[in-house]
Parts: sequence; structure tokens; C-alpha cells
Amino acid sequence: MPQSQWTPRKRSWRHRLTDLSIKIGEAVTRRVRFFGDLTFFAASTVFWLFARRPSKGTLVPIFYNVGVLSLPVVILTGMFVGMVLAVQSFPQFKLVGLESRIGGAINLSLVKELGPVLAATMLAGRVGSSIAAELGTMRVTEQIDALTSMGPNPIHYLVVPRFLACLILIPGLTIMADAMGVFGGAFLSIDVLGVDWGYYWDYSRRMVGPFEIFAGMFKSIFFGGAIAMISCHQGFHCEAGAEGVGKAATHSFVISFVMILILDLVLGIFLDRFQTAFFGGPTGGMLG
Amino acid sequence: MTESKDKVTWEGQVYSDAEGQRRVLRRRRPLLETEHLYVEFDGREVLRDINLPIRRGETVAIIGESGCGKTVLLKTLIGLNKPTYGNIWLDGVDLTSMSSRQLSEARTRFGFVFQQAALFDSMTIWENVAFPIVQNRPKTRKDEINETVHRLLLEVGLTQDVEQRYPAELSGGMRKRVGFARALAINPELMLYDEPTTGLDPIMSDVINEMIINARDQHKVTGVIVTHDMKSAKKVADRIVMLYPLRRLGEDEPQVLFDGPPDEIDDTDDKRVWQFINGYAGERLMEMTKN
Repeated sequence: MPQSQWTPRKRSWRHRLTDLSIKIGEAVTRRVRFFGDLTFFAASTVFWLFARRPSKGTLVPIFYNVGVLSLPVVILTGMFVGMVLAVQSFPQFKLVGLESRIGGAINLSLVKELGPVLAATMLAGRVGSSIAAELGTMRVTEQIDALTSMGPNPIHYLVVPRFLACLILIPGLTIMADAMGVFGGAFLSIDVLGVDWGYYWDYSRRMVGPFEIFAGMFKSIFFGGAIAMISCHQGFHCEAGAEGVGKAATHSFVISFVMILILDLVLGIFLDRFQTAFFGGPTGGMLG
Repeated sequence: MTESKDKVTWEGQVYSDAEGQRRVLRRRRPLLETEHLYVEFDGREVLRDINLPIRRGETVAIIGESGCGKTVLLKTLIGLNKPTYGNIWLDGVDLTSMSSRQLSEARTRFGFVFQQAALFDSMTIWENVAFPIVQNRPKTRKDEINETVHRLLLEVGLTQDVEQRYPAELSGGMRKRVGFARALAINPELMLYDEPTTGLDPIMSDVINEMIINARDQHKVTGVIVTHDMKSAKKVADRIVMLYPLRRLGEDEPQVLFDGPPDEIDDTDDKRVWQFINGYAGERLMEMTKN
């Protein structure tokens, strides 16, 4: 049998360039639409937050889930991060003969940066994914439609309590992560690595002032709000089926984590400028 | 009805002119009506020029093959989907121009029975049935709610044993009946049923049909039922409306192929209606597998 002489024509570079521009255009449109939708969703949540107070019966179980049930994982993470920081930084400090100052470095990193970021990451993993999966399942099984058909606004009934829980409870969880990190770092540095107790706490006190603690808390509020918004939004816009719910949970964590890092950078720069403008620079200047 | 210069008599009662006319007009006006309704999703047209009056007290069955937009129409009627164009009149008020708060209020006049019941997983059966009452009439006393929940569950053939159980612990038929009880909880004027007999055995399907008839006769509710089940449609409906998928229609063809009483649908000349009610595949498989 004679072989066909026909061979597919190679696409010209113009065609390939057009395809590429279309793909880029579509991706950009998708992102813009996502952020527009998320902004509208957040605006509706803020509107309903002030329009009508959620009932106690709705708030209590969600607060319990977000706050109380997140405590063990936050405590564990905080404590281990404190200990790991001590283990990793001690040899470096010892090398330059500054091991007595290790307390300041550990506690400043914890209170200003690692405590809030890790507590938020834990919240995004434990609570954010669970919110996205729960609301996603409700969307897929028409429970959100059922709720809407009975009168209540789904944003008011489902999103506002979760948003409030994340916003209000994350500073508490951050304090817990900080405290356990400080405890873990101190235990390992003083009791295991043999750093002098007095120097450890003296340098900690000099490095970590009220503004550093406030900065951590301040950032955590934004992290909590972002996690709640992103997770609820992902759940509400979940695609059909088990795969859709899985995707919503995964996307909720990934987007929340990226948002935590972006917010951390932006708020970090803002808080440093603020501290320099109103308090004459970071507390590190007190070291002398 | 008799009308004199300044008095109107309606069902044995005499009304002053203005009041009487208002009542008469209200009676004549459909409870719910769609006017030139178009719905699109991502540029894909699902419903085209639907004009559907639903009169007080009647039960309308919407039939049609999968993907023809039946459920979309049902959800659009209650404002769960936004129409691209057109109006939905509820008792003379346009639902499409309402604010979300007004729409929430209007929705309390509807009851919706979902295909898979859509009960709240995290709530017990008692909490599920009580939910619409708690949300819409927050001042109702607990014992009154309790009494209503018992009565409604009994009406759908469920005893008090199920009240403290969760939806996951019930069979599909039981869940559907709980969904039915929940939809009736705030005495709706209009019940919307999304494929109420799908996935049920023939006996349970008939139980659901009887419940729909009871809701119409005892609770005096108007009903719109989306179904594939011709037996069920003929049993419960006063009127059948058949929709056809737009992808199989030409530009100018109407989407509503039939709108009339159940006993007339068998005499229709339209081959497509005949094919659907007799469940005849014909050339469909070849058409579907082409390309």
C-alpha cells in the first residue's frame, strides 16, 4: 500500500507567537477575574459583618474549631521552632564569641517573624483547608443553595463567623506560638547548650520591646483575615465532584501561604518605616 | 363574580370597589410568571425566551431530557441563578430587580426540595427541619418549633426516632422526605421540586408523589416539579411543560415544545415530544457518537 505523501505543515513562528499571546492573555484574564471576584467577596463579607450580628449558636462551634482545636498544633510548632533556632544559631554565635547574645536573636526572630508566620501557616493548613473543603462540599451537595433558598444570606451565615474567628483568634494563637517558641529556645539554650541564664534573658529583653510584640500581633490579624477570605472564597467557588473539593482545599492552602508571605513582606517594610519614623529605629539600637 | 357600579362580589363575599378589584386582579394574576427569560453561563445559552405563567393552586411539571435547562429554570425562579435577560414576576413584583435583602424575604414564600435533599450534614434531622423556622421566625417558642417539627416529620411518614439522627445515618428516601418536611416548615405558597423521585424505588417514588398531591390539597401550595419521570408527572401535574435542549434547536425554534394538560401530551404531533414520553432513543446514539 502506498504511503501517504501528506505531512502536517509546520506551524510558522507567527502562529506560535499568536498562540502564546492568547495563552498569556487568558492566564492574565483569569488572574484579574480571580482577584476581582475575591475583592467583591471580601466587600460583601465586610458589608454583612456590620449589617447583622451573627448568632451565638453559629459563632461558638466555629470559634471552638478555629481557636481551641488549633492550640495543640500551634504549641508544638512554636516550641520546636524555638528549639531548632537555638540549635542552628548557637554554633554560629559561638564561632564569633557572641553566644551570650543568642537569646536576643532567637526571641526577636520568633516574636517579630516566625511566630506570626508559622501560626498563620498552621492556621492556613489546619483551618483554611478544612473551611475550603467544608464549604466546597456544601456547594457541591447544593447545601449552600438550600441555605440561600430558605432566606439566610450564605455570606452572612457561613463566611462572616469564619472570618471573625480567624481575625479574632489568630493573635491569641500567635501569642501562644511565641510563648512556646521562647520557652523552647530558652530551655535548649540554657539547659542543654549552657548559655548563661542572666545574659540570655537580658539580651532578649533588650532586643524584644513592646513594639516588636505589637508588630507580630498586627501582622497576624492581616494573615487571619486573608486566610479566612481565601479559604471561604475557594469553598464557595468549588468545582463539581470530589476532585473539585480536593482542589479547593489545596488551592486554599497554597494561595493563603503565598498571601501570608506577600503580606509579611509588605507589612514588615511598613512597620519598620513606622518604627523608624515614630520610635527612632528598631529596638536593636538598644544593644550598645 | 358579579360586578356592580360600586361593589364587587367574589365567592359570596361583597367587597368595596377598589378592594374587590384588587382581589379579583390578584386572583387572575399568576402567582409566578417568567417573561422573555434568557439564561446564559459563560456565553453558553441554556434558556431562551421562556414565558411561563404559574397560576395559584396549580402544579406544573417541567419535563425534558438531561441538559435542557430544567434545573437551571427552577433555580432561576428562586433567584439562585441570575437571568441574562427577562423578568420573573412573583405576585406582580419583579424578582430580578430586587435587592439581596428583598430577595431573601421573597424566598420565604418558596419551599425547595432538592434532588439529593441537600440536608445540612452538621445538623441533626430536628435541627434541619427547624432551621427555616429559626432563621425566618426567630421569636417562635421552642415548644412551638418542636410541635411543628414533630407534625411535619409525621406528615412525611417519619417518627420521632429520627429526630436526633444525622442525615448521613438515613437512607436516600428518608433524606428526601426530611427535605420535603424542611421545605414545608414555613408554610410556603409555592413549592419547587427538583427531580423528587429520581433515584428512588417505585414505591418510594409514589410515596413522594402522594406527598406532592397532599401538599397541594392540604397545604394549598402551588407546585413546580422538574422531573424525567413521566408517570410521576402525569400523576401529580395539572399542566406539563416540555423543554428541549437549545443545542438541538435552530435559531428561531421555541424551547418550549409542549405546554398543556397531561392528558393532551400523548396526542401531540411533535415527534420530539413523542420520543421523550415514550423513551425512544431512535437515532440519538448515532448522533451522539458522531465526530
